[in-house]
Amino acid sequence: MRKLGFRLLVLVLAFLMVSPLLADNHGDSILDKVKKRGRLICGVNKELPGFGYLGQDGEWKGFDVDFGRAIAAAVLGDSSKVEFRSLKAADRFPALQTGEIDVLIRNTTWTLTRDTANGADFCPPNFYDGQGFMLRKGLEITSLKDLDGATIGVTAGSTTELNLADKMRTLGIKVESIVFEETETLYQSYDQGRCDAVTSDKSQLIARKQSLKNPDEHIILDVTISKEPLAPVTVHGDNKWNDVVSWVVYATFFAEEHGITKAKVKNLKSDNPEIQRFLGETGNIGEQLGLPADWARNAIGAVGHYGEIFERNLTPLGLPRGVNKPWTEGGLLYAMPFR
Amino acid sequence: MEEQADIQQIKPPTNAKGPVGWLRENLFNTWYNALLTCVALLFLYFTFKGILTWAFTEAEWNVIPANLQLFAIGPYPRDQVFRIWICLYILTGLLGLSAGIWRGIVQRWTIVVGSIFLVFLVIPFEIVPRQDSNYVSIEFRFNLIWLIFESRRWLLGNIAILIVTFFLGNRISRLRPWILGGWILSFPIIMFVLHGFGENAVHTSLWGGLMLTLILAVVGIAVSFPLGVFLALCRQSKLPAIKWVSIFYIETVRGVPLITILFMGNTLITIFIPYFTIDQVLKMMVAITLFSAAYMAENVRGGLQSIPRGQHEAAQAVGLNYVQSMLFVVLPQALRAVIPAIVGQFIALFKDTSLVSIIGLIDLLGVAKSILAEWLGRHVEVYLFIALIYFIFCFAMSKVSQEIEAELGVGKR
Repeated sequence: MRKLGFRLLVLVLAFLMVSPLLADNHGDSILDKVKKRGRLICGVNKELPGFGYLGQDGEWKGFDVDFGRAIAAAVLGDSSKVEFRSLKAADRFPALQTGEIDVLIRNTTWTLTRDTANGADFCPPNFYDGQGFMLRKGLEITSLKDLDGATIGVTAGSTTELNLADKMRTLGIKVESIVFEETETLYQSYDQGRCDAVTSDKSQLIARKQSLKNPDEHIILDVTISKEPLAPVTVHGDNKWNDVVSWVVYATFFAEEHGITKAKVKNLKSDNPEIQRFLGETGNIGEQLGLPADWARNAIGAVGHYGEIFERNLTPLGLPRGVNKPWTEGGLLYAMPFR
Repeated sequence: MEEQADIQQIKPPTNAKGPVGWLRENLFNTWYNALLTCVALLFLYFTFKGILTWAFTEAEWNVIPANLQLFAIGPYPRDQVFRIWICLYILTGLLGLSAGIWRGIVQRWTIVVGSIFLVFLVIPFEIVPRQDSNYVSIEFRFNLIWLIFESRRWLLGNIAILIVTFFLGNRISRLRPWILGGWILSFPIIMFVLHGFGENAVHTSLWGGLMLTLILAVVGIAVSFPLGVFLALCRQSKLPAIKWVSIFYIETVRGVPLITILFMGNTLITIFIPYFTIDQVLKMMVAITLFSAAYMAENVRGGLQSIPRGQHEAAQAVGLNYVQSMLFVVLPQALRAVIPAIVGQFIALFKDTSLVSIIGLIDLLGVAKSILAEWLGRHVEVYLFIALIYFIFCFAMSKVSQEIEAELGVGKR
């Protein structure tokens, strides 16, 4: 008996050891899993002003959060069938790879390394950011060259710090960077005059400027030293699911181009064949994506078009549309044809 | 008697007794002490002046009342809040029964808890958050019939349950063994009620705020204590396999920072076990418990080593086997000796739960950070508030432990 038990134990252990190899994740797309589960799991930031945070009523709010709701509405027909997981920068990619989350919409910059080595597939960026500088008005600094000898505050462990070093080296000027662990302390120290300038993503600078003691005393330099295209991410290799998320993002662009608002979309009838295809009245683009025919109608009906999402979440922080405008108005938002 | 009447009552000189005398004797007895006193007073004056001016003029405290519910339960769905109240009712009921039966410390602290409920009940104000586009403010609305507020009605029920169960416990003392079982059973029941099932199930990713902090701390404390005792006994075992495994475990865990264990628990487990996605809150519970158990084991070992060999031998001499002698003779004495160390570990564990916000859970600290995303620049107010909450709980734990020590006569024998 004892021998048998031991053999069984060895067998079980051996099975456990090879079981990861047997795991078969190729057949099921995340799309099917989400449909089966009846719920989308979306990784977000829980503490980024305007992009992701908890509202007073305990509901998730923010720009990235709204895109999560739009995907849930498109796939499941109900924007409330989404569960948000708050993730830190360090564990967002592991969470994606291990399947803990279906989609990551957490102000993630699209870079080559992340696209290749981190096992991630990026969707079209939903926000184009860039690193800028904020400083006091009286300093008479108008270009980066004038910053020679200045002390500049940055947050630790971000690409911001590296970008700053790169840029200052190419310009051949010397600055002293003060590194802060927390965003809060960075801006507090800047407000108290412990550093001459702060550098960060422009969206953050604009949002934080409002909370300084005298917002009018500070300016944001009209230079951008990095490209930060923030994009939703899906796990590498699941093209079907990546298509779904990508086209939901495009749908918000498309709706703004054609003035299809949250209020109008429910009962919208159009003679424009492209809008008819978009709304699922004709053609089968929904079927091709593996979604119900009225997917775009549901998505826009839940959160509105890109402009509405922007105005609801980011305009109150004082963020201008900048390049985050439709291409027809000179911006970078360009929806691929719905055909 | 007559002679006494003649004696004149002369008051001692004012500069020798009383407050002035005390000052002269202690703070101004030499010139350098007088100087030090003056410097210290100046220092205190400027510090407190700064703090008080900030607290009463610059600070914008409305961020606290406007977000009280968020601090308490985080993103827990507001239409399911009744579940939390049910759990509170279960705990209050058990507390009332225990207070009725055991009296002493339990009764004193039950009265404290009851009066806290009462204070919250009679505050006749309602906080009404008002939110216009990008400007948030609050209004305190005075209302005499304050029972119209839902939470007050729940709270009233809570107090009623406390009183009823107290008298019930007082009358029926044979409930004693049942109540111990009830406390142990209450935990899985509460977990079940909080989570629910079916359509309205509340996934643990929606648990948050003080509620999550307390759940993590209580699980950590309740499980790591017996586990720690077990590990400590294993470490003293005569069987080398058991002894060395236990030593290896304790020393490894004690040699690694908690945050490392939390990170490993969070990401590595999911990579090793691809089939299942283990609940994130559960992973953190396990990580905190395993970490705390190693420290607990060392605390308990300290107690075990302080018990003289004679106690073991005496227990064996009266015919007790190993388990009996440990349970009835050695452990009670050993644990009593290390109560301060154990409670210190509990308090550390309670505060350490705030590290889970680094993993992304929305505990009390996590909620605070999320609130700061909406209320930019209010971080000092918010962090002070949660510091106060942590302090209240830790202080209460410390106080309870002191009372238990006094009751058991630790340090007097």
